[in-house]
Amino acid sequence: MAEFVMPQLGADMSAGKLIQWRKKVGDRVERGDIIADVETDKADIEVEVFSTGTIEKILIQPGEKVPVGTVMALIREEGKPAAAEVPAVPREVAAPTTPVAPVQAPPMPAAAVAPPRVAEALRIHISPVARKLAADLGIDPATITGTGPGGRITLEDVQQAAQAQAAKPAPAPEMDRAARMRQAIGAAMARSKREIPHYYLSTTIDMGRPLAWLTQENLKRSVEDRLVYGVLLVKAVALALRQFPDLNGFWVGGKPTPKPDIHVGVAISLRGGGLVAPAIHDTDRLSLGELMKSFRDLIQRARAGSLRSSELSDPTITVTSLGEQGVEAVFGVIYPPQVALVGFGKIVERPWASEGQITARPILTATLSGDHRVTDGHRGGLFLAAVERLLQEPSLL
Amino acid sequence: MTRDEIRSGILRALTQVAPEVDPASIKPNLRLRDQLDIDSMDLLNFVIGVHKEFKIDIPEADYPQLATLDGIIDYIAKAQAQK
Repeated sequence: MAEFVMPQLGADMSAGKLIQWRKKVGDRVERGDIIADVETDKADIEVEVFSTGTIEKILIQPGEKVPVGTVMALIREEGKPAAAEVPAVPREVAAPTTPVAPVQAPPMPAAAVAPPRVAEALRIHISPVARKLAADLGIDPATITGTGPGGRITLEDVQQAAQAQAAKPAPAPEMDRAARMRQAIGAAMARSKREIPHYYLSTTIDMGRPLAWLTQENLKRSVEDRLVYGVLLVKAVALALRQFPDLNGFWVGGKPTPKPDIHVGVAISLRGGGLVAPAIHDTDRLSLGELMKSFRDLIQRARAGSLRSSELSDPTITVTSLGEQGVEAVFGVIYPPQVALVGFGKIVERPWASEGQITARPILTATLSGDHRVTDGHRGGLFLAAVERLLQEPSLL
Repeated sequence: MTRDEIRSGILRALTQVAPEVDPASIKPNLRLRDQLDIDSMDLLNFVIGVHKEFKIDIPEADYPQLATLDGIIDYIAKAQAQK
Protein backbone atom coordinates (compact mmCIF):
# COMPACT_ATOMS: atom_id res chain seq x y z
CA MET A 1 0.00 0.00 0.00
CA ALA A 2 1.47 3.33 -1.00
CA GLU A 3 0.93 6.46 1.02
CA PHE A 4 0.08 9.76 -0.62
CA VAL A 5 1.45 12.38 1.74
CA MET A 6 1.27 16.15 2.06
CA PRO A 7 4.41 16.96 0.09
CA GLN A 8 7.26 19.20 1.14
CA LEU A 9 7.21 21.84 -1.57
CA GLY A 10 10.29 23.76 -0.57
CA ALA A 11 12.03 24.74 2.62
CA ASP A 12 9.46 27.39 3.36
CA MET A 13 6.53 24.98 3.66
CA SER A 14 5.54 23.30 6.92
CA ALA A 15 1.88 22.56 6.26
CA GLY A 16 -0.68 22.65 3.49
CA LYS A 17 -4.44 22.87 3.20
CA LEU A 18 -6.28 20.45 0.95
CA ILE A 19 -8.45 22.38 -1.48
CA GLN A 20 -9.94 19.45 -3.34
CA TRP A 21 -9.44 15.89 -4.45
CA ARG A 22 -9.45 15.32 -8.18
CA LYS A 23 -9.92 11.58 -7.70
CA LYS A 24 -12.16 9.50 -5.47
CA VAL A 25 -11.91 6.14 -3.75
CA GLY A 26 -11.79 3.39 -6.37
CA ASP A 27 -10.28 5.60 -9.10
CA ARG A 28 -7.19 4.34 -10.87
CA VAL A 29 -4.22 6.69 -10.80
CA GLU A 30 -0.91 6.64 -12.62
CA ARG A 31 2.41 7.98 -11.47
CA GLY A 32 2.49 11.67 -12.44
CA ASP A 33 -1.30 12.18 -12.37
CA ILE A 34 -2.49 15.26 -10.55
CA ILE A 35 -4.84 13.97 -7.88
CA ALA A 36 -5.23 16.89 -5.45
CA ASP A 37 -4.98 20.65 -5.15
CA VAL A 38 -3.25 22.00 -2.08
CA GLU A 39 -3.03 25.54 -0.74
CA THR A 40 0.34 26.57 0.66
CA ASP A 41 1.42 29.89 2.06
CA LYS A 42 2.88 30.79 -1.35
CA ALA A 43 0.53 29.34 -3.94
CA ASP A 44 -2.12 26.81 -4.82
CA ILE A 45 -0.36 23.69 -6.08
CA GLU A 46 -1.46 20.76 -8.20
CA VAL A 47 -0.10 17.70 -6.41
CA GLU A 48 1.07 14.69 -8.40
CA VAL A 49 1.05 11.10 -7.24
CA PHE A 50 4.18 8.95 -7.34
CA SER A 51 2.53 5.53 -7.44
CA THR A 52 0.35 3.70 -9.91
CA GLY A 53 -2.70 1.90 -8.57
CA THR A 54 -6.17 2.45 -7.15
CA ILE A 55 -7.17 4.89 -4.44
CA GLU A 56 -8.05 2.73 -1.47
CA LYS A 57 -8.80 5.27 1.22
CA ILE A 58 -9.02 9.02 1.56
CA LEU A 59 -7.93 10.26 4.97
CA ILE A 60 -8.02 14.03 4.67
CA GLN A 61 -11.00 16.08 3.61
CA PRO A 62 -11.06 19.37 1.66
CA GLY A 63 -10.52 22.33 3.97
CA GLU A 64 -8.22 20.45 6.36
CA LYS A 65 -4.75 21.85 6.97
CA VAL A 66 -2.16 19.23 7.81
CA PRO A 67 1.60 19.20 8.38
CA VAL A 68 4.02 18.14 5.68
CA GLY A 69 4.36 14.36 5.65
CA THR A 70 0.81 13.63 6.81
CA VAL A 71 -0.67 10.70 4.90
CA MET A 72 -3.64 12.02 2.93
CA ALA A 73 -4.67 8.89 1.07
CA LEU A 74 -3.71 5.27 0.62
CA ILE A 75 -3.15 3.82 -2.82
CA ARG A 76 -3.29 0.12 -3.53
CA GLU A 77 -0.44 -0.41 -5.92
CA GLU A 78 -0.98 -2.76 -8.82
CA GLY A 79 0.00 -6.31 -7.99
CA LYS A 80 0.04 -5.65 -4.26
CA PRO A 81 -2.50 -6.68 -1.58
CA ALA A 82 -5.47 -4.49 -0.64
CA ALA A 83 -5.67 -2.68 2.69
CA ALA A 84 -7.54 -5.46 4.45
CA GLU A 85 -4.75 -7.86 3.54
CA VAL A 86 -2.03 -5.60 4.86
CA PRO A 87 -1.02 -6.45 8.41
CA ALA A 88 -2.44 -3.78 10.74
CA VAL A 89 0.84 -2.49 12.14
CA PRO A 90 0.41 0.82 13.91
CA ARG A 91 2.77 3.32 12.36
CA GLU A 92 3.73 6.88 12.86
CA VAL A 93 3.14 9.41 10.14
CA ALA A 94 5.39 9.01 7.13
CA ALA A 95 8.48 11.14 6.80
CA PRO A 96 8.38 13.98 4.27
CA THR A 97 9.02 12.88 0.70
CA THR A 98 12.03 15.13 0.53
CA PRO A 99 14.32 14.74 3.49
CA VAL A 100 14.59 18.35 4.49
CA ALA A 101 15.68 19.64 7.84
CA PRO A 102 12.88 21.23 9.82
CA VAL A 103 12.11 24.81 9.01
CA GLN A 104 11.59 27.44 11.65
CA ALA A 105 8.20 28.15 10.22
CA PRO A 106 5.88 30.81 11.54
CA PRO A 107 3.59 29.48 14.22
CA MET A 108 0.16 28.62 12.95
CA PRO A 109 -3.03 28.68 15.00
CA ALA A 110 -3.19 25.25 16.60
CA ALA A 111 -6.83 24.85 15.75
CA ALA A 112 -6.11 25.33 12.07
CA VAL A 113 -3.68 22.43 11.82
CA ALA A 114 -5.01 18.92 12.21
CA PRO A 115 -2.49 16.51 13.72
CA PRO A 116 -1.05 13.71 11.62
CA ARG A 117 -3.49 10.87 12.05
CA VAL A 118 -3.27 8.17 9.45
CA ALA A 119 -2.89 5.33 11.89
CA GLU A 120 -5.68 6.66 14.07
CA ALA A 121 -8.00 7.10 11.10
CA LEU A 122 -7.59 3.47 10.28
CA ARG A 123 -8.18 2.33 13.87
CA ILE A 124 -10.86 4.58 15.32
CA HIS A 125 -13.22 2.66 17.60
CA ILE A 126 -16.55 4.40 17.70
CA SER A 127 -20.10 3.21 18.03
CA PRO A 128 -22.34 3.76 15.00
CA VAL A 129 -24.66 6.10 16.87
CA ALA A 130 -21.71 8.14 18.14
CA ARG A 131 -20.20 8.28 14.62
CA LYS A 132 -23.52 9.58 13.25
CA LEU A 133 -23.77 12.24 15.96
CA ALA A 134 -20.16 13.32 15.32
CA ALA A 135 -20.90 13.62 11.61
CA ASP A 136 -24.07 15.62 12.30
CA LEU A 137 -22.17 17.99 14.58
CA GLY A 138 -19.20 18.29 12.22
CA ILE A 139 -16.75 16.82 14.72
CA ASP A 140 -13.83 14.74 13.50
CA PRO A 141 -13.86 11.47 15.55
CA ALA A 142 -10.05 11.43 15.36
CA THR A 143 -10.02 14.43 17.68
CA ILE A 144 -12.12 12.73 20.36
CA THR A 145 -10.67 10.69 23.21
CA GLY A 146 -12.78 7.58 23.77
CA THR A 147 -13.72 6.59 27.32
CA GLY A 148 -15.57 3.37 26.47
CA PRO A 149 -14.17 -0.17 26.64
CA GLY A 150 -10.82 -0.35 24.84
CA GLY A 151 -10.90 3.40 24.21
CA ARG A 152 -14.10 3.21 22.18
CA ILE A 153 -15.74 6.58 21.56
CA THR A 154 -19.19 6.72 23.08
CA LEU A 155 -22.17 8.97 22.48
CA GLU A 156 -21.29 10.86 25.66
CA ASP A 157 -17.73 11.43 24.41
CA VAL A 158 -19.08 13.05 21.27
CA GLN A 159 -21.51 15.21 23.26
CA GLN A 160 -18.70 16.35 25.55
CA ALA A 161 -16.48 17.11 22.57
CA ALA A 162 -19.27 19.18 21.06
CA GLN A 163 -19.63 21.17 24.28
CA ALA A 164 -15.89 21.72 24.49
CA GLN A 165 -15.78 22.88 20.91
CA ALA A 166 -18.65 25.31 21.47
CA ALA A 167 -16.83 26.78 24.47
CA LYS A 168 -13.65 27.47 22.49
CA PRO A 169 -13.08 31.01 21.30
CA ALA A 170 -13.32 31.50 17.55
CA PRO A 171 -9.94 31.06 15.85
CA ALA A 172 -8.11 34.20 14.87
CA PRO A 173 -8.68 35.14 11.24
CA GLU A 174 -6.03 33.78 8.91
CA MET A 175 -3.47 36.13 7.44
CA ASP A 176 -3.91 36.91 3.79
CA ARG A 177 -1.84 35.07 1.21
CA ALA A 178 0.64 37.91 0.71
CA ALA A 179 1.45 38.12 4.43
CA ARG A 180 1.76 34.34 4.74
CA MET A 181 4.02 34.21 1.70
CA ARG A 182 6.25 36.90 3.15
CA GLN A 183 6.48 34.97 6.43
CA ALA A 184 7.26 31.72 4.62
CA ILE A 185 9.98 33.32 2.51
CA GLY A 186 11.37 35.02 5.58
CA ALA A 187 11.51 31.73 7.49
CA ALA A 188 13.32 29.93 4.66
CA MET A 189 15.78 32.76 4.12
CA ALA A 190 16.47 33.10 7.85
CA ARG A 191 17.19 29.39 7.97
CA SER A 192 19.49 29.74 4.97
CA LYS A 193 21.46 32.59 6.51
CA ARG A 194 21.63 30.77 9.85
CA GLU A 195 22.73 27.39 8.51
CA ILE A 196 24.55 27.99 5.24
CA PRO A 197 27.99 29.62 5.25
CA HIS A 198 27.57 31.59 2.05
CA TYR A 199 30.37 32.81 -0.17
CA TYR A 200 29.77 35.21 -3.04
CA LEU A 201 31.55 35.63 -6.37
CA SER A 202 30.89 37.86 -9.35
CA THR A 203 32.17 38.11 -12.88
CA THR A 204 31.38 40.28 -15.87
CA ILE A 205 30.46 38.77 -19.22
CA ASP A 206 30.56 40.44 -22.63
CA MET A 207 27.12 39.64 -24.05
CA GLY A 208 27.81 41.10 -27.50
CA ARG A 209 28.26 37.76 -29.18
CA PRO A 210 25.29 35.92 -27.63
CA LEU A 211 22.97 38.88 -28.22
CA ALA A 212 24.03 39.19 -31.88
CA TRP A 213 23.45 35.46 -32.31
CA LEU A 214 20.04 35.76 -30.64
CA THR A 215 18.96 38.58 -32.98
CA GLN A 216 19.82 36.44 -36.01
CA GLU A 217 18.20 33.36 -34.50
CA ASN A 218 14.95 35.19 -33.75
CA LEU A 219 14.73 36.38 -37.37
CA LYS A 220 14.31 32.72 -38.31
CA ARG A 221 11.64 32.08 -35.71
CA SER A 222 7.92 32.86 -35.70
CA VAL A 223 6.76 35.33 -33.07
CA GLU A 224 5.52 32.48 -30.85
CA ASP A 225 8.89 30.72 -31.00
CA ARG A 226 11.20 33.67 -30.36
CA LEU A 227 13.71 33.36 -27.57
CA VAL A 228 14.49 35.79 -24.77
CA TYR A 229 18.10 36.08 -23.68
CA GLY A 230 17.19 34.64 -20.29
CA VAL A 231 16.95 31.14 -21.79
CA LEU A 232 20.56 31.39 -22.97
CA LEU A 233 21.60 32.17 -19.41
CA VAL A 234 19.59 29.31 -17.91
CA LYS A 235 20.89 26.84 -20.48
CA ALA A 236 24.49 27.95 -19.98
CA VAL A 237 24.13 27.41 -16.22
CA ALA A 238 22.61 23.97 -16.76
CA LEU A 239 25.39 22.87 -19.09
CA ALA A 240 28.09 24.25 -16.79
CA LEU A 241 26.60 22.21 -13.94
CA ARG A 242 27.47 19.03 -15.84
CA GLN A 243 31.10 19.97 -15.26
CA PHE A 244 30.47 21.04 -11.65
CA PRO A 245 27.99 18.50 -10.24
CA ASP A 246 28.84 19.44 -6.67
CA LEU A 247 26.94 22.71 -7.17
CA ASN A 248 23.86 20.80 -8.33
CA GLY A 249 22.14 19.15 -5.41
CA PHE A 250 21.23 19.36 -1.76
CA TRP A 251 22.77 19.46 1.69
CA VAL A 252 20.95 16.70 3.55
CA GLY A 253 21.68 14.93 6.81
CA GLY A 254 24.90 16.80 7.36
CA LYS A 255 26.46 16.00 4.01
CA PRO A 256 26.33 17.11 0.39
CA THR A 257 24.09 15.11 -1.92
CA PRO A 258 24.77 15.93 -5.57
CA LYS A 259 21.86 15.12 -7.88
CA PRO A 260 22.34 13.33 -11.18
CA ASP A 261 19.58 15.29 -12.91
CA ILE A 262 19.77 19.01 -13.47
CA HIS A 263 16.51 20.77 -12.64
CA VAL A 264 17.16 24.51 -12.64
CA GLY A 265 14.72 26.46 -10.48
CA VAL A 266 13.95 29.84 -11.97
CA ALA A 267 12.93 32.65 -9.65
CA ILE A 268 9.62 34.10 -10.82
CA SER A 269 8.15 37.20 -9.25
CA LEU A 270 4.43 36.97 -8.69
CA ARG A 271 2.04 39.75 -9.50
CA GLY A 272 1.08 41.37 -6.24
CA GLY A 273 4.38 40.45 -4.57
CA GLY A 274 6.37 37.43 -3.52
CA LEU A 275 8.18 34.88 -5.59
CA VAL A 276 8.46 31.20 -6.36
CA ALA A 277 11.32 29.28 -7.95
CA PRO A 278 9.89 26.23 -9.72
CA ALA A 279 12.02 23.76 -11.64
CA ILE A 280 12.46 23.38 -15.36
CA HIS A 281 13.03 19.62 -15.38
CA ASP A 282 16.12 18.27 -17.14
CA THR A 283 17.14 21.77 -18.14
CA ASP A 284 20.45 20.68 -19.64
CA ARG A 285 18.76 18.27 -22.02
CA LEU A 286 16.26 20.73 -23.51
CA SER A 287 16.89 22.57 -26.77
CA LEU A 288 16.66 26.34 -26.53
CA GLY A 289 13.23 26.19 -28.19
CA GLU A 290 12.00 23.60 -25.70
CA LEU A 291 13.50 25.53 -22.84
CA MET A 292 11.78 28.72 -23.96
CA LYS A 293 8.45 26.92 -24.19
CA SER A 294 8.88 25.43 -20.71
CA PHE A 295 10.00 28.78 -19.30
CA ARG A 296 6.98 30.64 -20.74
CA ASP A 297 4.60 27.94 -19.55
CA LEU A 298 6.12 27.94 -16.08
CA ILE A 299 5.86 31.71 -15.72
CA GLN A 300 2.25 31.74 -16.87
CA ARG A 301 1.28 28.90 -14.54
CA ALA A 302 3.22 30.33 -11.60
CA ARG A 303 1.35 33.60 -11.97
CA ALA A 304 -1.97 31.85 -12.55
CA GLY A 305 -1.45 29.65 -9.46
CA SER A 306 -1.29 26.27 -11.17
CA LEU A 307 2.18 24.93 -10.47
CA ARG A 308 2.74 21.22 -9.92
CA SER A 309 4.19 19.76 -6.76
CA SER A 310 7.25 18.26 -8.48
CA GLU A 311 8.12 21.65 -9.92
CA LEU A 312 8.45 23.02 -6.40
CA SER A 313 10.14 20.05 -4.76
CA ASP A 314 12.69 19.24 -7.48
CA PRO A 315 14.90 22.30 -8.15
CA THR A 316 18.56 21.39 -7.69
CA ILE A 317 19.85 24.96 -8.01
CA THR A 318 18.20 28.37 -8.42
CA VAL A 319 18.79 31.01 -11.07
CA THR A 320 17.53 34.51 -10.42
CA SER A 321 17.67 37.63 -12.55
CA LEU A 322 16.81 41.15 -11.52
CA GLY A 323 18.23 42.78 -14.64
CA GLU A 324 14.81 43.87 -15.83
CA GLN A 325 14.40 45.80 -12.60
CA GLY A 326 17.59 47.70 -13.32
CA VAL A 327 19.77 45.80 -10.85
CA GLU A 328 23.36 45.34 -11.99
CA ALA A 329 24.37 42.46 -9.70
CA VAL A 330 22.35 40.02 -7.58
CA PHE A 331 23.91 38.35 -4.55
CA GLY A 332 21.17 35.90 -3.70
CA VAL A 333 20.36 33.85 -0.65
CA ILE A 334 20.63 30.09 -1.26
CA TYR A 335 17.31 28.27 -1.05
CA PRO A 336 17.86 25.32 1.29
CA PRO A 337 18.51 22.46 0.94
CA GLN A 338 20.13 23.60 -2.33
CA VAL A 339 23.80 24.52 -2.21
CA ALA A 340 24.13 27.24 -4.84
CA LEU A 341 22.32 30.12 -6.48
CA VAL A 342 23.28 31.95 -9.67
CA GLY A 343 22.28 35.57 -10.17
CA PHE A 344 22.20 37.72 -13.28
CA GLY A 345 21.91 41.49 -13.41
CA LYS A 346 21.08 44.02 -16.06
CA ILE A 347 22.92 44.12 -19.38
CA VAL A 348 24.54 47.54 -19.45
CA GLU A 349 26.73 49.18 -22.07
CA ARG A 350 30.23 49.67 -20.66
CA PRO A 351 33.71 50.48 -21.96
CA TRP A 352 35.41 47.11 -22.45
CA ALA A 353 39.10 46.59 -23.14
CA SER A 354 40.00 43.73 -25.42
CA GLU A 355 43.16 43.14 -27.48
CA GLY A 356 44.38 46.63 -26.73
CA GLN A 357 41.18 48.31 -27.87
CA ILE A 358 38.48 49.95 -25.78
CA THR A 359 34.97 49.60 -27.15
CA ALA A 360 31.46 49.92 -25.77
CA ARG A 361 30.07 46.46 -25.11
CA PRO A 362 26.88 45.06 -23.51
CA ILE A 363 28.09 43.75 -20.17
CA LEU A 364 26.28 41.38 -17.81
CA THR A 365 27.28 40.70 -14.22
CA ALA A 366 26.88 37.05 -13.22
CA THR A 367 27.16 36.02 -9.58
CA LEU A 368 27.35 32.83 -7.62
CA SER A 369 26.22 32.34 -4.05
CA GLY A 370 27.81 29.11 -2.90
CA ASP A 371 27.58 26.95 0.21
CA HIS A 372 31.04 26.75 1.76
CA ARG A 373 30.22 23.36 3.30
CA VAL A 374 30.13 21.97 -0.24
CA THR A 375 32.40 24.06 -2.45
CA ASP A 376 34.87 26.88 -2.14
CA GLY A 377 35.53 30.05 -4.08
CA HIS A 378 38.06 28.38 -6.37
CA ARG A 379 35.51 25.85 -7.55
CA GLY A 380 32.82 28.52 -7.81
CA GLY A 381 35.10 30.73 -9.89
CA LEU A 382 35.75 27.90 -12.33
CA PHE A 383 32.01 27.35 -12.59
CA LEU A 384 31.33 31.01 -13.47
CA ALA A 385 34.13 30.89 -16.04
CA ALA A 386 32.45 27.85 -17.60
CA VAL A 387 29.14 29.75 -17.78
CA GLU A 388 30.91 32.59 -19.58
CA ARG A 389 32.62 30.25 -22.03
CA LEU A 390 29.34 28.55 -22.88
CA LEU A 391 27.63 31.89 -23.48
CA GLN A 392 30.34 32.83 -25.97
CA GLU A 393 29.30 29.83 -28.11
CA PRO A 394 25.52 30.38 -28.20
CA SER A 395 24.94 28.13 -31.21
CA LEU A 396 26.14 25.19 -29.09
CA LEU A 397 23.72 25.84 -26.25
CA MET B 1 -10.29 49.84 -37.93
CA THR B 2 -10.51 53.04 -35.87
CA ARG B 3 -7.89 54.11 -33.34
CA ASP B 4 -10.39 53.36 -30.56
CA GLU B 5 -10.87 49.83 -31.86
CA ILE B 6 -7.11 49.36 -32.08
CA ARG B 7 -6.75 50.71 -28.55
CA SER B 8 -9.36 48.23 -27.26
CA GLY B 9 -7.56 45.34 -28.97
CA ILE B 10 -4.22 46.37 -27.50
CA LEU B 11 -5.65 46.67 -24.01
CA ARG B 12 -7.27 43.25 -24.38
CA ALA B 13 -3.87 41.75 -25.23
CA LEU B 14 -2.22 43.67 -22.41
CA THR B 15 -4.69 42.66 -19.71
CA GLN B 16 -4.36 39.03 -20.75
CA VAL B 17 -0.66 39.27 -19.97
CA ALA B 18 -1.06 41.43 -16.87
CA PRO B 19 -4.60 40.94 -15.51
CA GLU B 20 -3.99 43.31 -12.62
CA VAL B 21 -3.60 46.29 -14.94
CA ASP B 22 -6.37 48.87 -14.89
CA PRO B 23 -6.58 50.00 -18.54
CA ALA B 24 -8.02 53.36 -17.50
CA SER B 25 -4.88 54.14 -15.52
CA ILE B 26 -2.50 53.82 -18.48
CA LYS B 27 -1.08 57.11 -19.66
CA PRO B 28 -0.89 56.84 -23.45
CA ASN B 29 2.32 58.77 -23.96
CA LEU B 30 4.39 57.29 -21.12
CA ARG B 31 6.51 54.15 -21.48
CA LEU B 32 4.49 51.09 -20.51
CA ARG B 33 7.44 49.57 -18.68
CA ASP B 34 7.64 52.67 -16.50
CA GLN B 35 3.97 52.35 -15.61
CA LEU B 36 3.53 48.58 -15.32
CA ASP B 37 5.47 45.77 -13.70
CA ILE B 38 6.17 43.83 -16.88
CA ASP B 39 9.29 41.99 -17.98
CA SER B 40 10.65 40.75 -21.30
CA MET B 41 8.59 37.55 -21.10
CA ASP B 42 5.46 39.66 -20.58
CA LEU B 43 6.50 41.82 -23.51
CA LEU B 44 6.91 38.76 -25.72
CA ASN B 45 3.53 37.41 -24.63
CA PHE B 46 2.02 40.82 -25.34
CA VAL B 47 3.54 40.88 -28.84
CA ILE B 48 2.14 37.38 -29.44
CA GLY B 49 -1.27 38.65 -28.23
CA VAL B 50 -1.11 41.66 -30.56
CA HIS B 51 -0.05 39.37 -33.41
CA LYS B 52 -3.11 37.21 -32.82
CA GLU B 53 -5.47 40.15 -32.31
CA PHE B 54 -4.47 42.13 -35.40
CA LYS B 55 -2.93 39.42 -37.62
CA ILE B 56 0.30 41.35 -38.07
CA ASP B 57 3.89 40.24 -37.64
CA ILE B 58 6.04 42.47 -35.47
CA PRO B 59 9.78 42.01 -36.07
CA GLU B 60 11.96 42.21 -32.98
CA ALA B 61 13.72 45.22 -34.45
CA ASP B 62 10.44 47.14 -34.19
CA TYR B 63 9.96 46.51 -30.46
CA PRO B 64 11.28 49.98 -29.53
CA GLN B 65 8.30 51.46 -31.39
CA LEU B 66 6.00 49.63 -28.96
CA ALA B 67 7.17 51.52 -25.90
CA THR B 68 3.99 53.54 -25.29
CA LEU B 69 0.29 52.92 -25.84
CA ASP B 70 0.15 55.72 -28.41
CA GLY B 71 3.23 54.28 -30.14
CA ILE B 72 1.60 50.86 -30.40
CA ILE B 73 -1.61 52.33 -31.80
CA ASP B 74 0.41 54.26 -34.41
CA TYR B 75 2.41 51.16 -35.30
CA ILE B 76 -0.65 48.96 -35.78
CA ALA B 77 -2.59 51.62 -37.68
CA LYS B 78 0.37 51.99 -40.05
CA ALA B 79 0.78 48.23 -40.44
CA GLN B 80 -2.90 47.82 -41.23
CA ALA B 81 -2.82 50.63 -43.78
CA GLN B 82 0.05 48.84 -45.54
CA LYS B 83 -1.83 45.53 -45.72
